[in-house]
Amino acid sequence: MGRFNRATGTERSVTPAFRPAIVTMPANITVPGLLTVLAMLLFILPLGLRAQSGGRLSGNFQVDVQSYKTDSLIGAPRVDEKLLSNSYANLRYDWGKFSAGLRYEGYLNTLQGFDSKYDGIGIPYLFADYQAEDLGFTVGSFYEQFGSGLLLRAWEDKALGVDNSINGVRVRSTPMPGLRITGLIGRQRHFFGLGEGLVRAIDGEVTLNELIKSLNDKATRLTFGGSFVSKYQKDSDPIYKLPENVGAWAPRLQLNSGGFQLMVEYAGKINDPSADNNFIYKPGEALLLNATYSGSGIGINLTAKRVDNMSFRSDRAENLNKLMINYLPPISKNQIYSLMNLYPYSSQPNGEMGMQAEVMYQVKRGSKIGGKYGTQISLNFSAVNTIERLPVNDTTPVGTNGTMGYTSSFFKLGPDKLLRDFNIEISRKLSQKFKLITSYQYLVYNQLLLEGKGETVKAHVAVADITWKPSEEHAIRMELQGLWTRQDKGNWAMAMLEYSISPHWFFAVIDQWNYGNPDPDKRVHYLYGSMAYARDANRIMISYGKQREGILCVGGVCRNVPAMNGLTMTITSSF
Amino acid sequence: MKKLVLLSILLSFSALLFSQNTIPSIKVQDLKGKSIQSDKLLVAGKPLIMSFWATWCKPCVKELDMMFEKLPDWQKETGVQLVAVSIDDSRSTSKVAPFVSGRGWDFPVVLDVNGDLKRALNVVSVPHTLLFDGTGKLVYSHTGYAEGDENELIAKVKGLK
Repeated sequence: MGRFNRATGTERSVTPAFRPAIVTMPANITVPGLLTVLAMLLFILPLGLRAQSGGRLSGNFQVDVQSYKTDSLIGAPRVDEKLLSNSYANLRYDWGKFSAGLRYEGYLNTLQGFDSKYDGIGIPYLFADYQAEDLGFTVGSFYEQFGSGLLLRAWEDKALGVDNSINGVRVRSTPMPGLRITGLIGRQRHFFGLGEGLVRAIDGEVTLNELIKSLNDKATRLTFGGSFVSKYQKDSDPIYKLPENVGAWAPRLQLNSGGFQLMVEYAGKINDPSADNNFIYKPGEALLLNATYSGSGIGINLTAKRVDNMSFRSDRAENLNKLMINYLPPISKNQIYSLMNLYPYSSQPNGEMGMQAEVMYQVKRGSKIGGKYGTQISLNFSAVNTIERLPVNDTTPVGTNGTMGYTSSFFKLGPDKLLRDFNIEISRKLSQKFKLITSYQYLVYNQLLLEGKGETVKAHVAVADITWKPSEEHAIRMELQGLWTRQDKGNWAMAMLEYSISPHWFFAVIDQWNYGNPDPDKRVHYLYGSMAYARDANRIMISYGKQREGILCVGGVCRNVPAMNGLTMTITSSF
Repeated sequence: MKKLVLLSILLSFSALLFSQNTIPSIKVQDLKGKSIQSDKLLVAGKPLIMSFWATWCKPCVKELDMMFEKLPDWQKETGVQLVAVSIDDSRSTSKVAPFVSGRGWDFPVVLDVNGDLKRALNVVSVPHTLLFDGTGKLVYSHTGYAEGDENELIAKVKGLK
């Protein structure tokens, strides 16, 4: 917090204890502007619908309601409101090359696990967009990704509470076939307002095969590109002289030939002292290298990555999932089974170095190993270490604020293991009615460096996932999982039974049991039941029970979910 | 007053336009890195199943496996086309092509890396499957997948005739 004050000079918008439920809008959208768009949506749309003429109105709606019971055993805190809800509704109107839309968001009050600064309702997303073949522009809020996102990725994920959309203008242009240019300028969303930093960015991409006519139909394709992103934030720090304009650049290349694909992107950034890197003046860099092969029945994916001091936000004082400009994709497998996801890995923007190898193979139907219906095998190995960090001189400890921080040689691996993840999964259809997936994982997870607590966890995880389909409409699925470790909370067992009746009904019961917890009082059963009804693009789900405290991750970005005991209802609809 | 002027202009325009195509024209990428406009995925006169999925989504993969198995029969009967739209982000976009070949799928798969098509079609979560008729009009959509859901889908395709 002290850091926060020093960097910005002021304490920003303190959330009042009580906030009236009024519509708040991003600072840069005027009321008349909003009204015009609203009016446009509300008046043209019914007409368009009735006459089937012109454009199309569409949208979606989601509401999550959760009731809370205090449960000291699992650590579910007392929630004064007893019932909280998050809701979202998108409305958009598409009319030829033109589209406009808005999103309502309501947090009454914000669900546990999300930042309570969201409390209230508002329209934080509003845009108008025109896209023709060779020219397009967007005003208002938009999402964007340059290359693999190492430099710029504006995206949203409601489950994570991530929305770093850019509010401003964006121009996309294709001046000639094979050449694409995108330029944008704006400020990023920050709860119901905007972050104080300005983001200016340009990206160019050339596909040689489209630019040069004689190469059009060649089997080998070459695309190269580059981005430049600059952020501006006033320096009002009383101690340090901080760069107000921080520039970053990233060249990239993609080569496709037959079943091979090679992708390289390098990103560099000038010094950008921030709360993330403890205000060191070292420049940042990141390298992502990816090679894949896709053949008939086989796929191979190899990735290498090095990240050094590459956190990039439009506000140097921010943390967690707020005001991120770039995205550093983690190179670990996105595990789905719950016990394999007990210790999920997320990218370390301050420094990490590692590789991942993945092989997916289909054993042919009718062969001895493949069986009558074929068998899929997938193997994955990820290894990530810290980077080397040497003191800048004899008297300054590594990472001291106000200094260059440390030196690090590019090809040298750091001494600490952050992650080792070996995983094999075999999926096989046994008969028309039975399907079996078995999976094994060996995990080494440096909880101390990744979460700042505990020690390195070494775990074995095994999963069996059986589906029985007695008829076309009915299916029963069972998951049995076990996690064995001597560290952290010890051993876990999990069983799940799911019954679905196509096309409408779904029932499930899940029990996660921490039977090996070193503290016998905490050997808790997390029993959880849920049912869902789906019709077309509408779905309602009601669940009841205990949920363990944990980290929810999507795309390698994570959020802490507190322990919960209570009733959850989720409705989603798309129209 | 300005608002009213704007409104009346927009209203008169909207009444003048008659376009039936409701597949939005959004830039997506095929697995070789080639850009395609999403409305070009439609083969005129043939119904199109557009299935949003991700490599990390088990029910999605189940659904696509099932459709892959049944597609030859469906195509013989109805001429229906299938395209799978991957919403994998840059953590797993590069895995999509090897994943698809590792499962032997031979239907077209495109990447919607920035989520533009996903947003344009109001997809909240995956799996989400949409059915367009031969003129590109959206006739049916479904969220989630339970074993056997593909039967309802093909019944809708057959109902188009």
